[in-house]
Amino acid sequence: MAPKKVVLRFSADIADKPIIYRLVKDYDLIINILKANVNPQKEGTMVLEVIGDLYAAGLDYLRRQGVVVQDLTQEIVRNEDLCTDCGACTAICPTGALYLKRPSMEVQFDSDACVVCYLCLKACPVRAMEVRF
Amino acid sequence: MDKTYAEINAKIKEGKAVVVTAAELIELVAEKGLAQAAREVDVVTTGTFGPMCSSGVFLNFGHSAPRIKMHRLWLNNVPAYTGIAAVDAYLGATEVPEDDPLNSTYPGEFWYGGGHVIQDLVARKPIHLKATGYGTDCYPRRKIETTLTLDDINEAVLFNPRNAYQNYNCAVNLSNRTIYTYMGMLKPGLGNAHYSTSGQLSPLLKDPYFKTIGLGTRIFLGGGIGYVAWHGTQHLPFIQRDVNGNELGPSGGTLMVIGDLKQMDPRWLVGTSYLGYGATLSVGIGIPIPILNEEIARFAAAADEELYAPIVDYGEAYPNRLPGNLGYVSYAQLKSGKIMVNGKEVPTAPLSSYPRALEIANLLKEWIQKGKFLLAEPVQLLPPPSDQPTPAILK
Repeated sequence: MAPKKVVLRFSADIADKPIIYRLVKDYDLIINILKANVNPQKEGTMVLEVIGDLYAAGLDYLRRQGVVVQDLTQEIVRNEDLCTDCGACTAICPTGALYLKRPSMEVQFDSDACVVCYLCLKACPVRAMEVRF
Repeated sequence: MDKTYAEINAKIKEGKAVVVTAAELIELVAEKGLAQAAREVDVVTTGTFGPMCSSGVFLNFGHSAPRIKMHRLWLNNVPAYTGIAAVDAYLGATEVPEDDPLNSTYPGEFWYGGGHVIQDLVARKPIHLKATGYGTDCYPRRKIETTLTLDDINEAVLFNPRNAYQNYNCAVNLSNRTIYTYMGMLKPGLGNAHYSTSGQLSPLLKDPYFKTIGLGTRIFLGGGIGYVAWHGTQHLPFIQRDVNGNELGPSGGTLMVIGDLKQMDPRWLVGTSYLGYGATLSVGIGIPIPILNEEIARFAAAADEELYAPIVDYGEAYPNRLPGNLGYVSYAQLKSGKIMVNGKEVPTAPLSSYPRALEIANLLKEWIQKGKFLLAEPVQLLPPPSDQPTPAILK
C-alpha cells in the first residue's frame, strides 16, 4: 500500500491541539509532514503523507475534531491572462502562497507553498485560479 | 502663474506638455517643492480599475425584417431591459440569467452575468440574442433568435450611472462566520480587511473639491475615450475628519460616465463574479487633471499617507445600516499588508488592482504626450463637498 497525501485544514480553535500526535499514538499511522503552516489568524494547514492499516479510521478521527480533510491529487495554477492583479485572493490564501509584491502590488503565486485548499478558486473574482489534475 | 485649458491644450498639440502620473507628481513635489512642481507640470494622470456595479450598456441592434418590438430580450441568456424603443435595450452589469441558482446554493458562484456579456461584446465574441415581442401592426414579428457581434449592431454605448467612487470602506467582519460580500470573502473575527481604491492614483481622491472634473471632462474609459456625463448617483461628497477635526481626505463623490463601447478594450472591461454576492463589471477609468494652479497641484499630490478609508463591519453594521465606523486607516497602512482594528492585527488585501490603475495612468499620460488626447473643459463642475451630506433613507 502506497502512502496517500492529504491536505488538512485546522480552524483557529483547534490549531493548538495535539491532533496529529493521536494519529500516531492511537491509530498507529506512519506520517510524514510535507508542509505545515499556521497563519497570523491561527488557522493551520498541513500536507501529510499517511500510511497504515487504520488510515480510514484515522481520517475519520480528524474529521470529528473539525479538521477539513482533502486528498492531494491536484495542483492549483494561476492563469496570468485572466488575473487582473487585484489582490482579492491574498488575504484569503491560508498559507501565503498568494501574496502581493510590494511596492508594485502585483499578485505573486508561490505554488510550493500552496496546499490546494481551493479557497482562491472561490475568492478570485475573475476565475483566474484553476485546478490542474 | 495660473494656466488655462486652452494653454495646456496648445502645449499638448505642440508635443510640449509636461504630463506626469499622480504617483510621479508626489515624488516631484517631494523633490522640488509644490510651487516648482505646479509650475512645471501641465497635466496629472490618475487611474482606477475595480468592480463597479452601477455599469451597463445601451444597445441598438438595428431592425429585423419583418420588424419586432422587443418585449423581452436575452443576450447569452442574460436578460436585458427593453422598456424603451423597439430594438433599443439596456444591459446591466449585475444582471444574471433567470436560471442562475443565485444564493439557493449558498454561497452562489454567479459565473456569468451582464458584465461578462459586456466583456464578450467588447472582445468581439459572438453573442446569442433571443427576443420576443407581442406583435403590433407596425412590429408584427413575435420572436427572433440570432447571433451577432459588436460590429453588427448600430450602437453600443457604455453608460455607467455610478463609477469611480472617490473613496471606499475598508471592510471587516466582526461576526463569527465567514461572510460573502461585494467586498469579497470576509473571514470571521476580523480575519481579513478588504479595501477597494487605488489610493494616491484614484481619480476623485486627487480632485476633492471638483475644481477640474465636471460635465464633459474627457476621460480614459474601458480602454477607449469616454466622458463624464453627470455626477454619479449617490454623489454626496464630504471631507472626512477624525474626532479632533483633522482632515482625513475626501469621500462620497461619484461619476456618471459614458463612452462608445466599440472603441473600448476587453482588458479594461472585465466580467467579474463575487462569491455569494453576484456578477458585476470591473471598469478601468483614468482622468487627467489639468494643473491650472498651485492649489489643484496640492490636492493632486496627496499621498497614500494623507488619504484615509473608514473601517466598516460588514458582519452587522453595514447590512443593518448602523451608523459609525471602527476608525480610519490610511492607504499607506492598507497597502502595507496589515492594519490594527480593535487592538488586533488584521491582514489587508485590495479588490481594486493597483498595477492596472498605474497602467491606466501611464497609458493616459502616453496618449496626452503623443497629442492623441486633448483636455476638455467641463461645461459645468460637479457639486462640491458639503458639510452635511444627507443620503436618502428608503423607508
